[in-house]
Amino acid sequence: MTEIQHSAVLLLSEQFGFDASAWSRNRDNVRVRVDSERVFEVLKCLKTLGGFDMLVDITGVDELEYPNATDRFRVVYCLLNTSTGERLIVLTYVNDPQPTLPSAYPLWKGADWMEREVFDMFGITFTGHPDLRRILMPEEFTEYPLRKDYPLRGRGERHNFPVITRAES
Amino acid sequence: MPFEVSDLSADVDAAAGEYADKEYLWTLNFGPQHPATHTTLRLILTLDGEKVVKAVPDIGYLHSGFEKLAEDLDYNQYVTIVDRMNYLSPLANEIAWHHAVEKLLGIEITPRCKYVRTIIAELMRLHDHLLNTGTSALDLGAFTAFLYFFQQRELIYDISECASGQRFHSSYTRVGGVLFDVTNEWVEKVRSFCRGFRAVHTEVDGLLTRNRIFIDRTKGVGVLSKEDAINFSCTGPVARASGVVRDLRKDEPYLAYPDLDFKVICTTGGDCYARYLVRMHEMLESIKLIEQAVENIPSGPINVDPEGKAVLPNKSNVYQSIEGLIHHFEVIMPNRGFATPTESIYAATESPNGELGFYITADSSSKPYRARCRPPSYIHFAVFPHIIPGHMLSDVVAVLGSLNIIAAELDR
Repeated sequence: MTEIQHSAVLLLSEQFGFDASAWSRNRDNVRVRVDSERVFEVLKCLKTLGGFDMLVDITGVDELEYPNATDRFRVVYCLLNTSTGERLIVLTYVNDPQPTLPSAYPLWKGADWMEREVFDMFGITFTGHPDLRRILMPEEFTEYPLRKDYPLRGRGERHNFPVITRAES
Repeated sequence: MPFEVSDLSADVDAAAGEYADKEYLWTLNFGPQHPATHTTLRLILTLDGEKVVKAVPDIGYLHSGFEKLAEDLDYNQYVTIVDRMNYLSPLANEIAWHHAVEKLLGIEITPRCKYVRTIIAELMRLHDHLLNTGTSALDLGAFTAFLYFFQQRELIYDISECASGQRFHSSYTRVGGVLFDVTNEWVEKVRSFCRGFRAVHTEVDGLLTRNRIFIDRTKGVGVLSKEDAINFSCTGPVARASGVVRDLRKDEPYLAYPDLDFKVICTTGGDCYARYLVRMHEMLESIKLIEQAVENIPSGPINVDPEGKAVLPNKSNVYQSIEGLIHHFEVIMPNRGFATPTESIYAATESPNGELGFYITADSSSKPYRARCRPPSYIHFAVFPHIIPGHMLSDVVAVLGSLNIIAAELDR
C-alpha cells in the first residue's frame, strides 16, 4: 500500500501514536479510523491543531449486513480545512446495546442537527448534545428507521398513527 | 403534535434568557402551511410584540425516507428519487448523485458528456437562483421581479424537455452518461436562452438592486459572520455571502469546469442583501459558463463505452437489436446488474444551494448499501434559529427566503 500523503498523518501520529494501519484511502478520500472513546480528542486536535475548521457532515451506516463487518454502527465525520481545501474522513465504530458517542457540538455548532439526524435514524446517542430530540421522524416514533433490521415498508406505524377526527378537535 | 416550548436547545435558550419570566410573550406558529415558507416547514416563534425572541424549527413534514429507499433501488433507478430532493434544480441533484457513483466505480465520463452536464448544471443554478431571488423579492412585496424571472424558468423547462422529454423531474443522467444525446435543436435553444437572459437580468437588477424598500428590508437582516458560517458548516451562496471563498467548481474541479473561465462570487456582508447580490452575480457567471461550454461541446460519444457492463446501452440499440436488448436486461435485471467495490466514498458537487455531497457505501451488489445525502438546505436551516432572534416578524420571511430552504431536500 502506498504512503498516504495528508497533513493530518504526522499530526495524529505525534499526538495519538496512530500508525499506518489506522489510515486508508479510496480515490481522493483519506480516512482515519479512531476508537469511539478517543474520537472527541482526535476531532478536537484536528480542529485546533490541524486546521480542520469545517465539519461537512456526520452520518451513520448500520453494518449489520455488511460483508466482513466486525462492528454494528459506523459513524462518519467528514472534515474540511477551508483554507487549504483538504478533506479528511474520520471513521468510528460503536456497538449495541447502548451505542454512544461524545457530541461534537462543542467544537462545531453545525454538528447540532447532524447528530440529531443520526440519533433519529440510528439511535446513536451523543452525550453532551444540548438538545437531542428526534428531528425528522415524529416524536411518538419509537424505532430507528435506517437500521438494517427495520423493514423498508415499516412496521405498520403509518396505519396506526393516532387520528383526530373533526368531531373531537 | 405535542410540543413544549421548554424543549429548546440550550444555546437558543441562553439568548432568550432575559425574557424567561415575561408573561407578555406570545407564541406564533409559522407554518406548516404558510405562503412565505413556500414549502412545508414549521417555525414556533416566541414574540415580544413584533420582535422575535426565540425560534424553534419543527421539520420532518415531508420526510419520506429517501435514504431508506436508496437501499432498495439500484444506482440508475435512484436518480428518480434524488430528482425530488431539491426540486428547484432537479438535474443538479442527478449530476451530484452520478458524480458520486462514477467516482465509486472509477468511471471517467466522456468529454462530450462532461460539457453537456456542465451546461445542465449551470442551467440548474440559474433555475434555482431565478426562483430564489424572485420569490424572496415576492415575499418582500416585489411582485414584478418574480414574474420576469419565472418566465425565464419556463425557457429552462423547455430546454430540459428538449433534452430528456420531461420538463421537471427529468431523470436525465445515467451511470457513465446521460439518457439521450443532445440534438442541434437543444443547442439552439440554449443559445437563444443565453441571448435573451441578460436583458431580463438587467431589468430585474434595475428593479431590485438599488430599490430603497428592498434594501431596507434586506440590508443588515440575518447577518451571518464568516466564523459562524464556517462553524455552522455553511456552503454555497450562503457561505460566499459571508466571505468564505470556497466553490467546489474551482477548489475540486469536476466536469468541464477546469476548461472554462468564470469567477467565484464572494462578498463580506453576510446579510440577506449580500446573499441576494451573490446569487444575482452568480447568474451572470453561469450564463458566461453556458455560453462558453455550448460553443465548445466536443463531438464523439456521449456515453462511456457500454462494454464495461456498468453503463446502459444506447436506447436505439435496445429497441432495434437483440444484443442491445440482452445487454440492457443484464444491466437492469435484479440479481444481474454490475459489480461494485466493497467500499465507501464521499463525493460532492457545487449544487446551486451549496455543497451537495453523497456518501455511498457499496457492498458489491447492484444496490447501494447506504446512500447518505448531505443536503445543504438542512444544514443552512440549522443556522436559522441562531440568526433570527432580535429581528422583526416580517424579517423571518426575508431570512427564510435568502437561506433558500427547500423542504423536500430539508426532510428527504
